[in-house]
Amino acid sequence: MSNNIKRDHARFRQIVKGKIKQDLKKYVTHGEMIGRKGKDRVTIPLPQIDIPHFRFGEKEQGGVGQGEGKPGDAVGQGQGEEQPGEGQAGNQGGEHTIEVDLTLQELAEILGEQLELPKIEPRGHKTLKSKTDKYTGIANQGPNSLRHFKRTFRETLKRQISSGTYDADKPMIIPIKKDMRYRSWKSDVRHENSAVIIYMMDVSGSMGDEQKEIVRTEAFWIDTWLRSQYKGIETRYIIHDATAREVDEQTFFKTRESGGTLISSAYKLCEKIIDTDYSPSEWNIYPFHFSDGDNWSGEDTRVCMDLLQKSLLAKTNVFCYGQVESRYGSGQFYKDLKEQFGGDHESVILSKIENKEGILQSIKDFLGKGR
Amino acid sequence: MSSYGFNSSDLTPELVAIRDEIRGYAQGYGLDFFDTIFEMVDHEQINAFAAFGGFPVRYPHWRFGMDYDQLSKGYEYGLQKIYEMVINTNPSYAYLMKANDFVDQKTVMAHVYGHVDFFKNNYWFSKTNRKMLDTMANHAVKIRDYMDRYGQEVVEDFIDRCLTLEPLIDPFLPFVERKRSNEPDHRESVTQPPEVAEEVGKLKITRQYMDAYINPAEFVEEQKQRQKDQNQKARKNPPEPQKDVLLFLLENSPLEDWQREVLSIVRDEAYYFAPQGQTKIMNEGWASYWHSKIMTQKALKASEIIDFADHHAGTLVMQPGRINPYKIGIELYRDIEDRWDRGKFGKEYDECDDMMVKHRWNKELGLGRKKIFEVRKVCNDVTFIDEYLTEEFVERFKLYTYQFNRRTNQYEIADRDFKKVKEKLLFQLTNRGQPLIYVTDGNHHNKGELLLWHKHQGLDLDVKYARETMRALAEIWKRPVNVETEVDGQKKLLSYQNGEFTERFL
Repeated sequence: MSNNIKRDHARFRQIVKGKIKQDLKKYVTHGEMIGRKGKDRVTIPLPQIDIPHFRFGEKEQGGVGQGEGKPGDAVGQGQGEEQPGEGQAGNQGGEHTIEVDLTLQELAEILGEQLELPKIEPRGHKTLKSKTDKYTGIANQGPNSLRHFKRTFRETLKRQISSGTYDADKPMIIPIKKDMRYRSWKSDVRHENSAVIIYMMDVSGSMGDEQKEIVRTEAFWIDTWLRSQYKGIETRYIIHDATAREVDEQTFFKTRESGGTLISSAYKLCEKIIDTDYSPSEWNIYPFHFSDGDNWSGEDTRVCMDLLQKSLLAKTNVFCYGQVESRYGSGQFYKDLKEQFGGDHESVILSKIENKEGILQSIKDFLGKGR
Repeated sequence: MSSYGFNSSDLTPELVAIRDEIRGYAQGYGLDFFDTIFEMVDHEQINAFAAFGGFPVRYPHWRFGMDYDQLSKGYEYGLQKIYEMVINTNPSYAYLMKANDFVDQKTVMAHVYGHVDFFKNNYWFSKTNRKMLDTMANHAVKIRDYMDRYGQEVVEDFIDRCLTLEPLIDPFLPFVERKRSNEPDHRESVTQPPEVAEEVGKLKITRQYMDAYINPAEFVEEQKQRQKDQNQKARKNPPEPQKDVLLFLLENSPLEDWQREVLSIVRDEAYYFAPQGQTKIMNEGWASYWHSKIMTQKALKASEIIDFADHHAGTLVMQPGRINPYKIGIELYRDIEDRWDRGKFGKEYDECDDMMVKHRWNKELGLGRKKIFEVRKVCNDVTFIDEYLTEEFVERFKLYTYQFNRRTNQYEIADRDFKKVKEKLLFQLTNRGQPLIYVTDGNHHNKGELLLWHKHQGLDLDVKYARETMRALAEIWKRPVNVETEVDGQKKLLSYQNGEFTERFL
């Protein structure tokens, strides 16, 4: 029995991965990678193959719902997913996402499992101290709120039996003050590894909304994964066109500048940030740079290579470059990096992200090495 | 059991005792069900069965794997859990999750007996194949055999096409006396007056000299043409628009034997599952009604009440904005029972317009239980809602219709009017909320093209999907395929020919 379903399941997975039956691939729908972030609520994509049928236009239909509200009020999310009489398929074909309440920790585990990501081996000294209090000990004194009932009972019982005041037929236990036991805490000091992610993004004219959406999604997953590996992670954001500046997260994803591109400006700023705030001996440093691969000049590209080679690489765990496919970008920078460092360099990881579907693979490129 | 490949374990003695107890209660209430066999399964097994539509063996196809993927991920992430599953066969098979505690098992058993009673007695299930376990297994053997012979991909691709057309059946067909669609209907031809054939198109005359006036040449010509058209129509295939498109394809398309067999298998299975789609509200409502009744009045121990209430509430919860067929179903049965107990029906009640009187109405007829058994026998979801959904009910459960507002780009509450809500519900339930598609001509343009007709009822087809569906159709029909429909209020013909898709206004 279960072999049958395993066989069908394997077949389905292969189709989704595009290994077989290419013509079906176009019906594969992926949900949004993240619907809403915040309140730790995340949408998990479940791939589906939508068998076409004659059906009504998606939003034409409307339906019947239940609840409070007056005409004109918006109805909540998930509307219409469970209408009667429409069989198993559901009428929202093409938008089969399941919304899951997951903590980011759980999410990271799932991601790690799905992509078979190795655990990261941190480097550097454990310099960051964190203190947690744990209630593991027992004390003879303490506040009543921390009274340990079981221990107290046991002490009383011990005392009464040894002093012969315990009557098995009438098992009454009367604690006195010196029987009382209380929970007590110990402070646990741990030395943590610390990490910083420095995101750099090209915001020149050629990076469109779609490209930024890809970067945003990818950054979210990278963040999630690295957070699961390090306590107390820090993130910094740099945007650049011909000049670079540090911004907050909000601005990082929203800004659209126009104008030329000098990648070296971002790398210089990145180095400056590292030098002022993050000593490489104490921090695990992860710079990620996303761009569409256009740089202003070969001269500037040489400056970049120099910077990487001479200083940045020595200070960071890995240097990750993600190239987002764009209609306007030439993709030259990827080639240049590849030429300089080769496709399989120790600490320079290159990845091309063609479209949304490519994000998972790209994350695997970046994080699959466990550094 | 092993011959069916359930691969499950037997009930423990405790569960046997519980089953006998619950079965006794169910029979005591007058439920009348097939012999029901419970199988103990774990979550992986139940996900597999569920993906297979309840059956242990199905033919190889990726979509079962897809459903399994969804179900097992849903289970892993803690989103959903299948509580109960039962197959409509005689004897019936139902699954019990090993991990459930006794109160859940009791509830599931009571629920299952409700379903099986429904399978056995509801009219719309009366034509289903109760030996479907064997049939499904045979289908699997056949298709596996074809895959060995013609290649997995070839057969699977063909199944994909058939599945695209799967909804194009006529669930009412099993209830109509079948007449062969492509044979002429003899009864009609006998009633035709024989002289018509002799003097085509001429009106009867008593005086010969009036002939030229009464039957002028052009009139005769016109009549002849009309006659010819009628003959044409009689020879048209199908003579009347036919909703069972799959049957038409089986009988008329140039398929190889194995393809015909595969299409026929897909069609058989679609017919087998059709009544479950037609009675979702009723069937789930009925089973919920009985598990609730049996548990609360007979089977529950005091210690189990909280768990029962928790799970029962979980299945019946109405999230804001959605409607839950379990909830609508059970409440409608309860409403009907109450109305017939108190005599709240008939002319006198309907014509009473004093709301207070109506509210307190009680003739102490006590006909409720009898009435709901009758309803479960004759109705399907459409007639159930049509007949028994009342204005008071819609108000009590705060039902509304919603629409998509293009301006604000969101779904919005449209109306709380009883008639509108009922109309919308009925529309969604009719043909399972899918467009009505008929074959009207298998020799369109006199060139063997296929002509389908979308009976437009206010909603346009999704053209993207229609195109893909027509592509599948054309691969089976092997000639151009046309669909007559309406787009934005104008009649349109969609055509698919040699890989090209065209539309034109009619």
